[in-house]
Amino acid sequence: MNLRRLSAMVYKEGLQILRDPRSLAIALVMPLMQMALLGYGVSLDIKHVPICVYDQEMSQLSRSITQRFDAAGWFSTVRTLGSQSELSRAMDGGTCIAAVVVPVDFSRRLAATGSAPLQAVFDATDVNTSNIAQGYLLGVLADVNARIAADYRDAHGLRSASLGQVDLQASTWFNETLDSRNFIIPGVVAVILALIGAQLTSLTVSREWERGTMEQLISTPVTALEVMLGKLIPYFAVGMVDAGVCLALAVYWFDVPFRGALSTLAVATALFSLVILGIGYLISVRFRSQLAASQIALLVTLMPTTLLSGYTFPIDQMPRPIQLATLVVYPRYFITILRGIFLKGSTLADLWQPMLGLVAFAAAIVWLAAIAFRKWLD
Amino acid sequence: MNAAADAPVVRVRGLSKRFGTVRAVHSVDFDVGSGEIFGLVGPDGAGKTTTMRMLAGVMQPDSGSISVDGIDVRGDPELAKRRLSYMPQRFGLYEDLTVRENIYFYAELFSVPRRERTERGAELLRAAGLDGFENRLAGQLSGGMKQKLGLVCALIHTPRVLLLDEPTTGVDPVSRRDFWAILYRLRESGVCILMATAYMDEAERCSRLALFHAGEVRHCDTPQGLKAAMPGRLLAVRTARPRAARAAIAGLAGVLGALLMGDKVHVRIDGAEGRSAQLLAALRAAGIDDATVEPATVSIEDVFVALLGERGS
Repeated sequence: MNLRRLSAMVYKEGLQILRDPRSLAIALVMPLMQMALLGYGVSLDIKHVPICVYDQEMSQLSRSITQRFDAAGWFSTVRTLGSQSELSRAMDGGTCIAAVVVPVDFSRRLAATGSAPLQAVFDATDVNTSNIAQGYLLGVLADVNARIAADYRDAHGLRSASLGQVDLQASTWFNETLDSRNFIIPGVVAVILALIGAQLTSLTVSREWERGTMEQLISTPVTALEVMLGKLIPYFAVGMVDAGVCLALAVYWFDVPFRGALSTLAVATALFSLVILGIGYLISVRFRSQLAASQIALLVTLMPTTLLSGYTFPIDQMPRPIQLATLVVYPRYFITILRGIFLKGSTLADLWQPMLGLVAFAAAIVWLAAIAFRKWLD
Repeated sequence: MNAAADAPVVRVRGLSKRFGTVRAVHSVDFDVGSGEIFGLVGPDGAGKTTTMRMLAGVMQPDSGSISVDGIDVRGDPELAKRRLSYMPQRFGLYEDLTVRENIYFYAELFSVPRRERTERGAELLRAAGLDGFENRLAGQLSGGMKQKLGLVCALIHTPRVLLLDEPTTGVDPVSRRDFWAILYRLRESGVCILMATAYMDEAERCSRLALFHAGEVRHCDTPQGLKAAMPGRLLAVRTARPRAARAAIAGLAGVLGALLMGDKVHVRIDGAEGRSAQLLAALRAAGIDDATVEPATVSIEDVFVALLGERGS
């Protein structure tokens, strides 16, 4: 390898990035857009789930229960209904995701038998939301039950200790506010790097073939390794800058806690960038048309990063064969590391397993990239 | 001038390349010495570009050998690339880089010493009439200027062998003159130049020519040698109706070929006596009374058509 040739390649590629408005836009504007879109748009929390209440009894007790739904902040009662057919219409029309029906003899049955049913109807077209809403509803009812029990004890002069009762004192670690944004945003860094890195590098070599500059380039003494490094180094710099921008936005704009060491994050980001840029370069060497290269790049980088890395769907909840398959989905290692560093303050020692995974991938991809380029016309 | 006298700088033997079932280049042999401008001429698809690419070490031959300055191009293409310079048919420089950036980029790739880079770059730009355009983007140059910039970039490292694939196609006459002035100077300094060209006037300026046809070199000689080798004698028929005249002559006994050349017809005839008189008689019989017949100066185009066979026209 000759340093003069390498620096000439790096300088040339850098000038081309700076002069191509499209690359510049992808490199600088895309991370901001993506961060805003994913940071604000993607949330797995459900707040103010729209519900309807059909209170057939209209007693003091039934009213005190229905008011509680709103008080918790998880639900908001968008309408009170007067008939069963109105309920059907509200569900069909999507006015609400859940409807609660208080039967006409609710208070009477509760007083007589000590228990009474409440009906809840869920729109399960979105299974996830409906499950979460069901969980919230059970939470509200547990609270209601506790209140009824307490009232009963007070009325009968019993001390609470005389009734056997298990009290769960839950405490959530690492993401104390249970804010899904804290969980999503560290992963956004990976998604943005995957999207931008591979998109940019997937075009660099195929563009030279398409424009005819490659024929002249391969007639010079430049080596395949110099071409690869000359292409990757400038984009590596772009990737690290983008990662820095995303990190700053995550911490200072979205207030995601950052508890680990910046150096650990830098190492992991550099490794992940190498993998992504290497993949983009490999694709670009393989496909000599820009369109094909960018399509394939999207497929092999963004898809696994968003779907199979644990970024949106937890890996432990996937079917066993798919869980095993995710071992080769390189972004999962980076996502694990990101969340560990951001939320848990994990150190390099805690993260040695996913780090090793990234190192292995980076080494393999860079090696493949180094031998892939052939200085021959077909 | 005679390649056989000195050791040839470029030596090609049995060079062949197939694309699927198409024989792009078949068993091509030639030698080129230093200080020669060697022209590759022939119709499109005759194998000129494929030959150039194999010489430049950017395409792998199926068989045969190429040696450049004593280096086996197939065995060590990377070493050979230090000695040669290749200008592809399609503009191969970076349009989003300036003139100076392109020149410096290629200088760096060939490890040209920094001071030489500056001096030689400035000198070549002057010779190409591109001084003053150093900071213009290559993409904003005219076609002729682009080709001259290509030549400057190809020459920045002082190659032993220069490979030019149709370098003046689409270039204005003034730029072509600049281009050739540089080539003549290079030839004097002993550079070996190989050039594919579609222009017959350019072929005329080459020291030797290889006539390509269907992937083979059919004839290889100096322009004078090729003209002398052309079978028959050449006559020029001038008339106001050259097309009709050509039609009247084409089938006659002793006529080897009739080629329309603007307002006249070049007629190649065999050596027998009295052919001019027969021509005039045939023309008059066809109602062409204004025709004159006189001996014509042989051009490379006549040779080209005569040797490769008349097709189409």
